[in-house]
Amino acid sequence: MDLSSINPLILLASIMVASTPILLAAIGEMVVEKSGVLNLGVEGMMITGAVCGFVIAVETGSPVIGFVAAAFGGAVLSLLFGFLTQYLLSNQVATGLALTLFGLGLSALIGQGYVGIKAPVTNDVNIPLLADIPVIGRIVFQHDLMVYFSIALIAAVWAFLKFTRAGLILRAVGESHDAAHALGYQVVLIRMLAIMFGGACAGLGGAYVSLIRVPQWTEGMTSGAGWIALAIVVFASWRPWRVLLGAYLFGGVTVLQLNLQAAGTTIPVEYLSMSPYLITILVLVIMSASRSRAALGAPAALGRVFHASS
Amino acid sequence: MLTLEKRPSPSRLWTLLTPPLAVVLTMVAGGILFAFLGKNPIEAIRTIFWDPVFGEFAFYYRGQLLVKAAPLILIAIGLSLGFRAGIWNIGAEGQYIVGAICGAGIGLAFYPTENPAIFPVMILAGALGGWAWAMIPATLKVMFGTNEILVSLMLVYVAESMLASVSSSLLRNPDGQGFPGSRNFRDYPAAHNDYLIESAGIHWGVVAAFIAVIFAYVLLARHMLGFQIRVTGQSPRAARFAGVNPSRLILFCLGTSGALAGMAGMFEVAGPAGQITIDFNSGYGFTAIIVAFLGRLHPVGILLAGLLMALTYIGGEAAQATLGLPAAAIQLLQGMLLFFLLAVDVLTNFRIRFGKTEAA
Amino acid sequence: MKTDGTLLKVEGVTKAYPGVVANDKVSFSVAPGEVHALLGENGAGKSTLVKMIYGLVRPDSGHMVWNGSAYEPATPQAARSTGVAMVFQHFSLFEALNVAENVALGMEDPPPMRQLADRIREVSETYGLPLDPTRLVGELSAGERQRVEIIRCLLQDPKLLIMDEPTSVLTPQEVDILFETLRQLSAEGTAILYISHKLEEIRSLCDSATILRLGKVVGTTNPRESSARELAEMMVGQTLHTPSRESADLGEVVVELTKLSVKSSNPFGTSLKEVSLAVQAGEVLGIGGVAGNGQDELLAALSGEALAPHGAVKLKGQDISHLGPNARRALGLLAAPEERLGHAAAPDMSLTENAALTGTIRRSLANRGFVNWRATEDFANEIIKAFDVRTPGPHNAARSLSGGNLQKFVIGREVLQNPDLLVVNQPTWGVDASAAASIRQALLDIAARGAAVICISQDLDELMEISDRFAALNEGRLSPPRPAKGLTVDEIGLMMGGAHDMEVAHADA
Repeated sequence: MDLSSINPLILLASIMVASTPILLAAIGEMVVEKSGVLNLGVEGMMITGAVCGFVIAVETGSPVIGFVAAAFGGAVLSLLFGFLTQYLLSNQVATGLALTLFGLGLSALIGQGYVGIKAPVTNDVNIPLLADIPVIGRIVFQHDLMVYFSIALIAAVWAFLKFTRAGLILRAVGESHDAAHALGYQVVLIRMLAIMFGGACAGLGGAYVSLIRVPQWTEGMTSGAGWIALAIVVFASWRPWRVLLGAYLFGGVTVLQLNLQAAGTTIPVEYLSMSPYLITILVLVIMSASRSRAALGAPAALGRVFHASS
Repeated sequence: MLTLEKRPSPSRLWTLLTPPLAVVLTMVAGGILFAFLGKNPIEAIRTIFWDPVFGEFAFYYRGQLLVKAAPLILIAIGLSLGFRAGIWNIGAEGQYIVGAICGAGIGLAFYPTENPAIFPVMILAGALGGWAWAMIPATLKVMFGTNEILVSLMLVYVAESMLASVSSSLLRNPDGQGFPGSRNFRDYPAAHNDYLIESAGIHWGVVAAFIAVIFAYVLLARHMLGFQIRVTGQSPRAARFAGVNPSRLILFCLGTSGALAGMAGMFEVAGPAGQITIDFNSGYGFTAIIVAFLGRLHPVGILLAGLLMALTYIGGEAAQATLGLPAAAIQLLQGMLLFFLLAVDVLTNFRIRFGKTEAA
Repeated sequence: MKTDGTLLKVEGVTKAYPGVVANDKVSFSVAPGEVHALLGENGAGKSTLVKMIYGLVRPDSGHMVWNGSAYEPATPQAARSTGVAMVFQHFSLFEALNVAENVALGMEDPPPMRQLADRIREVSETYGLPLDPTRLVGELSAGERQRVEIIRCLLQDPKLLIMDEPTSVLTPQEVDILFETLRQLSAEGTAILYISHKLEEIRSLCDSATILRLGKVVGTTNPRESSARELAEMMVGQTLHTPSRESADLGEVVVELTKLSVKSSNPFGTSLKEVSLAVQAGEVLGIGGVAGNGQDELLAALSGEALAPHGAVKLKGQDISHLGPNARRALGLLAAPEERLGHAAAPDMSLTENAALTGTIRRSLANRGFVNWRATEDFANEIIKAFDVRTPGPHNAARSLSGGNLQKFVIGREVLQNPDLLVVNQPTWGVDASAAASIRQALLDIAARGAAVICISQDLDELMEISDRFAALNEGRLSPPRPAKGLTVDEIGLMMGGAHDMEVAHADA
């Protein structure tokens, strides 16, 4: 094995890239869950975003338009979930699963003519001055725009939930839909907006995989990233900055095992590639073992069906 | 505007009517989809839903129906027990794979024995493997309250990596010129899950599926444990009050569904699939989730739903061959079916009224 | 239009829900500064009426007039901006948010958080209701939570304040403090619409009362000039019979709790702290206390849903601390929890299945794990008949029954299993008067037959009526039980834990 072939600088820099899809999907899902809705269809929305973004970017030649289309695609798909769970009061767990199965089929269908094509290149932005800082500049300040966008999004969600009235209302709805309804807030509308936001974020995350990380289209290419995003929301106890931490930790493990694979360690490839999933399980166990803390972070109305009877 | 009004009791009529209604709606929506893909919608729907049973080549397809339906039913029966109790095993695909690896592994370890006991031992090993794999999320949930949805799902990816590993190392066919994949069970008669009645497609897995349906029916309708499962799903607090031990129920439901999925995997690998390969699993573990819901988590319903879903597989393959319909379109159709079912499900518990608006 | 001195006039308002007319041509009016009572039993239509005034529900017909002009609030926001504020009985606070955030959510146009916190402190002191704006609501007592609701309303300078059953969560002393606050508001010209079914309260607080029965106005009176009995009979529409108590000789000790401490399973729940008590055969022990002081936890510890340390719970001398609900049932300990739907009964299951929920052991309805459904249905029919449960039959889902009928079914299910100890929590909550009377009678009957009964309730009148001895829960601790006969309201109030810090606050207000 040749560990010297792993360049720590590139390793660190690539962690940010590897983490961004999960980060985007997870922060979206966190907002959804804060509003009291559990959408297990993140994987389906991600893969749909991945294919929408890829197809549109290839057709228009513009990755930016691709990302916009991905967000739109994810949001439209999430509307389906929203309609079923919020208006037809279907079971959120079952509907989320259905969304994932549906999204996987839909994306495969849309993407069938696009296998093997390369995506148009997204340029990295070199932030002037900062990018020239030795070591750090290379790791942190020479990425594509989406990396910075995802971090800005975390900050925005944090500020939104903490400081704005709309954020307060969103949290209130997730805490007790009955109380929010009694005070005259439109529970269903607020939740629909949150669900759409979650869909758009998952779509962006998916498109990041197909447009930047890989960058091409293959069926089922998100390979569980959506599910990992769900786990990271639990890990983060529904706090935005901890979503960032969780996603980067996970990205770190992924990148490390890929690098170890490339370096040709004696550990079989299969064991390395299952490591991110095992570590996710481990993290879930640690988080749920200290239950009191997680219990306080979880929105009280999460997953419960709301029907205004009055 | 339409408003929903909760029924005093769930409607029996709609409980029975919603699945067929969902199928019809799926056919309509599927037809529209196929038309968009430039296919004749009527022909496509007929190829998928009608021809395999009543068409020219039905004699071949009918046998295939049970072959495909058996694993779906076997897995879905197990899942439905958990789903009824609000225990969400999403990782049946992983348990299916591990069951197949264990079952096949035991069989291959004794190659080339002619002892007839080998096959029952393989069934047991398959069930045990699936059970053990499902006990991971079950134990973690009982001990730490870890979310079983995420853990069981993560374990699917782990199982897939394991499958990739064993099919190219541990279980690789020593006489296979280095190609990945195990020995073929067709050349290993004592361990082969052969057809009992070839024309009908009946092998031991099909028999096991029918036994599972009967077992689940009796359990749910007559036995205390089945009653406890139903109460737990409807209101966990009432279940605790009735003396249900939630931990034991979690272990039972996840364990049973894992064992059944593992058994299904073993029957598949020793029979229709024939050998362990890196991609012998074909997503039955996920499709079974649809089957469980489509059958309204009722054993008889699952039997019918399993047959219907098998039909879409077979018809889908036929449509791929004759009409050039993409495989993904069938997957989409299956997803749509679940969506429509969940959507029309509202009719069982609510009355829909039009016109009257309510300040909400 | 002339205002003729009224603030709000409700004229001929009707609201029908499928199968029930909640309000049938209801009319009444409220003047500024008036404290007006809406009196009626559960299900009389009080809640629907105030929900219409608060903009949560729209009337089918009839109209409302506010200060001389038409008043048709489409949303609670519209109602609030008109000057209507409402203190809810349930459902309008968020446990995981702090006081200031909760207040902000109920305001149209809240100032920035820091300013709001200052105003909360200011107003809460003016009205003698001290409150820390930074505390999480989930950590507050029921009385403090109500202050949050009231302050939320007061910050908007309401012209009409609606209070829905405000005293059901308060100790007698806390009630006095609340009434003082309300009188102060009324003196400042705020009209108050006071909803209750507690007659003495209304007689001491209100200037006028509108009495509702089955959605219709059956009378308007000055409550100070009517006796409680007159009001009660108007409200119920029949003469009431009080349960007859046959005092039995007390037998041996049936249940004994020794320093029972159990942690609550709910993060915002109250843990039990060193609860000790003993109940003899033939005795009814009444346990009072404000909601959320450990009632659910005590029931769970007795029923076996929560396990206790060794030796803490003894039934007829046998240590049962580590036994689950079914093992305790086999020994003769039965229970009926407060929450009917989802705890004592499974809502979507039939009455037959609900009979099997607790009845399989003592009634031998299962054989080697297989349920005998025919025998279970017979048992369900027996309950329905013996307790006059109004339902088309045992096939109907539990949720299709009215609250009173389901409660009769739940109590009947346990009583007919011939318990040695029966534990009930809020046996008549939300139940109509005649059903309540028959449930209380059933509890007295089994005590007369030699069973021990523990009745946990927030209805002090009920407890005084049926208990031999009385104890109160306060923050998870149980006061030493005392004979119920001769206890005064003040003594009961002190047992329930007094008024905490509220008394002090009013002293200098």
